[in-house]
This record gives sequence, C-alpha cells and structure tokens, in this order.
Amino acid sequence: MSHLVACHDCDALFEVPSLREGTLARCPRCGSLLLQRKHNSLERTLALTLAGLILFIVANCFPFLGMQTAGMVRETTLVTGIHELYNQELWGLATLVLLTCVIFPLTEMSCLLYLLVPLRFGRVPLHFAKVLRFIHHIRPWSMMEIFMLGILVALVKLAKMATIIPGTSLYAFAVLIIVLAAASTTLDVHLLWSQLDHIGDEQ
Amino acid sequence: MSYLTARKAGLMLCSGCHLLVQPPSAPGMDSLCPRCGEHLHWRKTNSLARTWALVLASIVFYVPANLLPITHIVSLGHRQSDTIMSGVIYFLQTGMWPIALVIFVASVFVPFMKLVILIFLLISVQRGSSWRPRDRTRLYRLTELVGRWSMVDVYVVTILVALVKMGGLATIDAGPGAVYFGMVVVLTMFAAASFDPRLIWDVMESNDG
Repeated sequence: MSHLVACHDCDALFEVPSLREGTLARCPRCGSLLLQRKHNSLERTLALTLAGLILFIVANCFPFLGMQTAGMVRETTLVTGIHELYNQELWGLATLVLLTCVIFPLTEMSCLLYLLVPLRFGRVPLHFAKVLRFIHHIRPWSMMEIFMLGILVALVKLAKMATIIPGTSLYAFAVLIIVLAAASTTLDVHLLWSQLDHIGDEQ
Repeated sequence: MSYLTARKAGLMLCSGCHLLVQPPSAPGMDSLCPRCGEHLHWRKTNSLARTWALVLASIVFYVPANLLPITHIVSLGHRQSDTIMSGVIYFLQTGMWPIALVIFVASVFVPFMKLVILIFLLISVQRGSSWRPRDRTRLYRLTELVGRWSMVDVYVVTILVALVKMGGLATIDAGPGAVYFGMVVVLTMFAAASFDPRLIWDVMESNDG
C-alpha cells in the first residue's frame, strides 16, 4: 500500500503525490502536513546530528553559569544541577530533568547516527525499524531548547543577587539548540521509511 | 465534499511508521505493523477514557502546583517562599515584563489553556458535534505543539537550586509546588498524546451518510 497515504489527523486517504524536493503537501480536508520532501535530507541531517553530538558533549563537560558573591565563585554544569535536586530528595524532579535534558537528547542523537551513517553508504543497519520507531516515540520528550530558555530566565532572576559569569558551555548550548532545530527540520522520516523498503527489497 | 477515509477503505494507518496496512480478517486479533512492528489500531485505544483520566489527574495536580511554593530562598536568615504567580508578580514589579510574560505564558496560561482545549475537544467529540472540525483539529495540533514549553519553570528551579549555595549567605531550595508542576506538564503531554483527532472527523463521516 505504499502508493497511498492517509492523513494522521483526519484519516482521509490519498494517492501519494509526486513532490519535487523542497515542496510539501497538506491534507485538503483538515490542513495537516501530509508529506514533505526536503533537500539533501540524509546528508544534512547526518552532518547536523554529528555536530549536535559533539556540542552536547562540550555542553555537558563545562559549566554553563558561574556566580560570584563576596569573592566566591560557584559554577554549575547540567549534571551538578540534577545532583543537587537528588540531594534535596526531589527524586522525581531530578529524574525528569535527567531524562528530558540528558538521556533522551543523547539517545535520540545516537540512534539517528546509528541509522544515518550506514544508510549514507547504502546499507540498512540491524533493527532499523525498531530504532526508527523508538526515535519517533522519544522525540517529544527531548527538551534541550526549553532548557536553554530556562537558563535565560534563571540568568535574569539571579542578575540582581550576584555577578553572573557565562560559562563555556552556555555558548555550546546556544549553538546546540540551533543545530538540533535544524536537524529536526531536515530529517525526513518518510524518506527513511521508504529507503528501508527500497534497499530492503534489493538486498 | 466527502473524502474516502483509510478506515472506509479497510486500511489501518500505522502510528509508528505511517504505513497503510490491510488488517487480518479475524476480528479482535492483535495485529502488528509488518514494517515497524508497532501494534495496529483503527483509532488510538480507549482514546476518550484515557484522555479524560489524564486531564482530570492534571487538574488535581494543577491546584497545588499553583498554590504551593516552587522555591524557598533563604538569604541571611530571612526566608522567602515563591509560588509561580508570585514570581511573575516579582518580575512585573521590577519592570522586567518580558520575563514575566514568558513565565506567565509558559507556566500559567499554557497549562490552563491546554486543559480547557482538551476538555472542549473531549466534550465536542462525545456530543457528536460537527462544528468547525478543521479549526478543532488545528486547536489539537497547537496543544500538542506548545505543551512541552511549560517545562521551562522546572528547569529554572533546577538551575537556581544548583547555582545558589553560597556558603550560608543564601540558598535556594526547590519547593513541593515544583514537583506538582512537573507532574502537570507530564500528565498533560500524555493527555494530548492519547487524544485521537480522527475522532473529530469520524462524526462528519457518519453525518455524510
């Protein structure tokens, strides 16, 4: 049934439209996005995800904010913040932040690389379908960009209390969320699934 | 204009990979997507009941999330507790209204509107309403899209708690409100995910005859 496509918001059934790269098709009944073809989706997503992973490591290795009061400097990384919540016995909150800001983004990027690198060389990695479905499920829960907004709000809140020193990883975070946003716009999930059908048939 | 739906054509749309699948003829059998292995359903399972349950649970948590303090600031022996609203008011009074607006929209307005919209969608589907289905679908997509941004206050608390431990001069502790607030965000995200927008359109179909 790969010549048909159904709208996931209203269930209307259509023939797969032939789209040029860089164009999209909307459902005429409810207006949802049906299909979208992107320029160089595979290569661009691969490059951006690779960059994202490197930035993620940098962002987590260095402090993102430092605070100076009475000659004392206190710095924090993402992990020390989570650790502090854990120390205050707020385990649920600590777990929530750990999952949404560390584990899910890291898993999403690693899984994408696991799929995209072999695909780039025309191979389908083991458990392709399971991994791609897994990415689909965890994506809404990876919230780095919202954490960035949180940093900005905290920064303003503290500016009155003490001198704030922006850390190395603040810049890494800023670039990271741009790279991640770009990667998620260039990713074409439909293309990945059709590649699986295509290459899978040849092998 | 009436449209042929996948269900009328006897096809199931896989929620994992968007493949259209002809389900096995035996009813009641649990079928899996041949491409990605996801469980196949005509519509999301028990969509209305699940969404109602999650919405009601969110309302229960929404009350303490807004009434209990999310942070305690102890500074030179002076203790101050802040709720979400008092944080917004503090920023307004000090003239930083852009930040006040961000926090108000993300932490108060969005979760509240999300609950209102979901309840409205649930009731309209249950009453078989055929009122502006396109706009209702758009409302649904909007709630799904913006709900995550409410997490921002949880992250602000995390950062403040981590940063402000200045050797007895001042400390910030997370309050119980932050926990309830985190619960509200997670529950409303699950509630939006368990609602099936196709239910809005199923009514239209039966009206068409």
